[in-house]
Amino acid sequence: MTDIYKAAREFHEMDELAERDSAVHLLHPLVKLIVTIIYILITVSFHKYDLYGLTVMILYPVIMLFLSDVSVRICFYKLRFVLPLICAVGIINPFFDRSILLHIGGLTITGGVLSMFTLMLKGVLCLMASFILAATTSIDLLCGALRKIHVPGIIVTLILLTYRYVSVMMEEVSVMTTAYRLRAPGQNGIHVSAWGSFLGQLLLRSMDKAEELYISMQLRGFNHEFYYADSKTLKFSDILFCTVAVVVFVVCRLINIPVLLGGLFV
Amino acid sequence: MHMADALLTPAVAATMYVASGATTGVCINKLSKDDNTVKLPTMAVTAALVFAGQMVNYTIPGTGSSGHLCGGMLLSALLGPFAGFLSMVVILAIQCLFFADGGLLALGANCWNMAFYGCFVGYYLIWKPIVKSGLFGGKESKAANRIKIIAASVIGCVVTLQLGAFSVVVQTSLSGVTELPFGTFVTVMQPIHLAIGLIEGLITGAVLTFVAESRPELLQAVDSTKMKDRLSLKTTIIVMAVAVIVVGGGVSLLASSNPDGLEWSMFGNEDAGYSANMALDEEAYGVTSEAADVAASVQEKTAFLPDYAFADSDSIAGTSVSGIVGSAMVAVLAVAICFIGGFFRKKKQKV
Repeated sequence: MTDIYKAAREFHEMDELAERDSAVHLLHPLVKLIVTIIYILITVSFHKYDLYGLTVMILYPVIMLFLSDVSVRICFYKLRFVLPLICAVGIINPFFDRSILLHIGGLTITGGVLSMFTLMLKGVLCLMASFILAATTSIDLLCGALRKIHVPGIIVTLILLTYRYVSVMMEEVSVMTTAYRLRAPGQNGIHVSAWGSFLGQLLLRSMDKAEELYISMQLRGFNHEFYYADSKTLKFSDILFCTVAVVVFVVCRLINIPVLLGGLFV
Repeated sequence: MHMADALLTPAVAATMYVASGATTGVCINKLSKDDNTVKLPTMAVTAALVFAGQMVNYTIPGTGSSGHLCGGMLLSALLGPFAGFLSMVVILAIQCLFFADGGLLALGANCWNMAFYGCFVGYYLIWKPIVKSGLFGGKESKAANRIKIIAASVIGCVVTLQLGAFSVVVQTSLSGVTELPFGTFVTVMQPIHLAIGLIEGLITGAVLTFVAESRPELLQAVDSTKMKDRLSLKTTIIVMAVAVIVVGGGVSLLASSNPDGLEWSMFGNEDAGYSANMALDEEAYGVTSEAADVAASVQEKTAFLPDYAFADSDSIAGTSVSGIVGSAMVAVLAVAICFIGGFFRKKKQKV
C-alpha cells in the first residue's frame, strides 16, 4: 500500500473517531483544548531526572482513552513520527551524563539513563494527550473553540477550507499515483522527467477550480468568515472537569505522589 | 523536522509562540491591508496540495531512494511570503490539532523553523533576488528563467533547511533535554539536512518550472513575457543536479582538507602547502594573565547551561526506592484501568 493511501485512510479514521459519542466527546471543545495544553505544559515541566514523579501523569491519558472508547492502536501508530527524533536526542544522554544517581541491587543507574527514559515518557504522554484531543473533537467544534480564544478569523477559515481540500487532494493524488504506477511498473516513485508535471498539473487545475469555487461562494454571500451556530454551551460538568483536571495536574507536579505512595509500604 | 513537545521547556516553547504569533499577526495585517481575500481559497488549495504532495515519492536518479517536496519555498513562490507563511502555519496547525503530528506546545517552534525561514528568508533573500536578476543569460531566455528558478529553489531549500535544523538544535539545547554538546549536535544535524535540502530543492524547482512555463503569471517575481525555449525541462534538472553534486562534493572536499577558516587564517596549514599566514605558534597562542584567568572563570560560571548538572540530584537518588515502588503502583493502576475498560467493552459488545 502506498503512503498516500495510508495517509488517506488515517485521515478518514480520525474523522470517524471524532464523530463518536462518548463522555469525552461530549465535553466542551474549549475545555478539552485548555486541559490538553495545561497537561502538556505540566508534563514537559518535570525535571529530566524526575521519572517517578512523571509516571503519575500516565493516568490522565489512560483514563481519557478508557472513557472515550478510542483505540490505543491508532494512537501508538502515530508515535512513528514523534519517537525517532526524541530517541535520537535521548539515546545520546547515557553516553554523556555518567553521574551515578542510584543503585538497584547490583544495577547502577546513571543520570543519562534516567533522563533518557524521562524524555521518552514525556514524548509518549504529550502525544497521547494531543491524540485524545484530536480523536474526540471534530474539526468544526475545534475551530469554534479556536475562534472563542480569539484566534484570528482568517486562520480559522483557512484551517477549515484547507482541511476540506486535503481529503479531495489526497484522493486526487492517490488516483494519479495509481495511474502512474500502473504505467510504470517496478519503478519506485515518480521519474525525473515527470517531476514537474506530476504535481504541477494538479496544482494548476486546482488553483483554477478554487478561484471559481470562491467566486460562487461570494455570490452566495460568503464574507471571508464562517459563522458558527453555538451548539455547545459551557455546562457545569465542563467547568468541573476543567477545574478538577487542572488542580490534579498541579498537585501531581508539586507533590511526588509515587514516592509518597511507595513510602507508605517501604 | 517536526519538533516534539517533549524536546521543549515551557519557556522556550512560549518564546517561539510569541515569535511565530507576531509574524502571523504581521502577515494577517498585510493581507487584510492589500485586500487579498480573493487569495483565501487559492491559499487553502495550495496548502492542501502541499499537504498531499509531501506524500508523493520522487525517484532520485542513480539511487534507490526517493525524495519529497519542500513546502515553504513552493508556497512563498506561488503565493508570496505573507500568504505563504499563513498557509504553512495552517498546514502545521492541522497536522498538530487534527492528526497529533508535531506537538501542540511545539507548534510555535515548528512554525518558526519550517514556515518563517522558508517563506521570508527564502523569498526575500533568495527567490526574489535570483529570479529577478539577469543571471544565466538575461531575462528574456526561457532556459535562463528555468535555471534561475531551479537555482533559487535549490539554494532556498538548502539555506532554509539549514536554518531550520540549526533552530531545532538551539531550541533543544536551550531546553536542556540533551546532554549532547551543542557543537556535536550541530555537526550531526546540518549535513543530514544539507542532503535533504538539495533533493527537495530540485523537486520543488521542477514543479515551479512547470508552473512558470504553463502559467507564468501565477509565480511571484517572475517576468515571463516573450521568452524563447532552448533547453528541455529534463535536461535542465539533470544539468542542475550534476552542478549541485559537483559543487557540493567540491565544497565538502575542500572543507575536509582545510582546517576551519578562522584557524587557517591564523595558523596556516603547512601540511597542505600553505605557509603560516600570521606566523602564530598554535601551541603557544593565547594570553596568560590574572585578568584572563578571572575572565575564564566568570565565563565558566555564566556559561550557557554549563554542565546540565542538577543541584539536588542526591536527594532524588535518596528517594529512589520509594519512587520505584510508587511508580510501579501507578503502572499497576493504569493497567487495571485498561483491563476494566476492556472488560466493559466486551460486555457491551455481547449485549
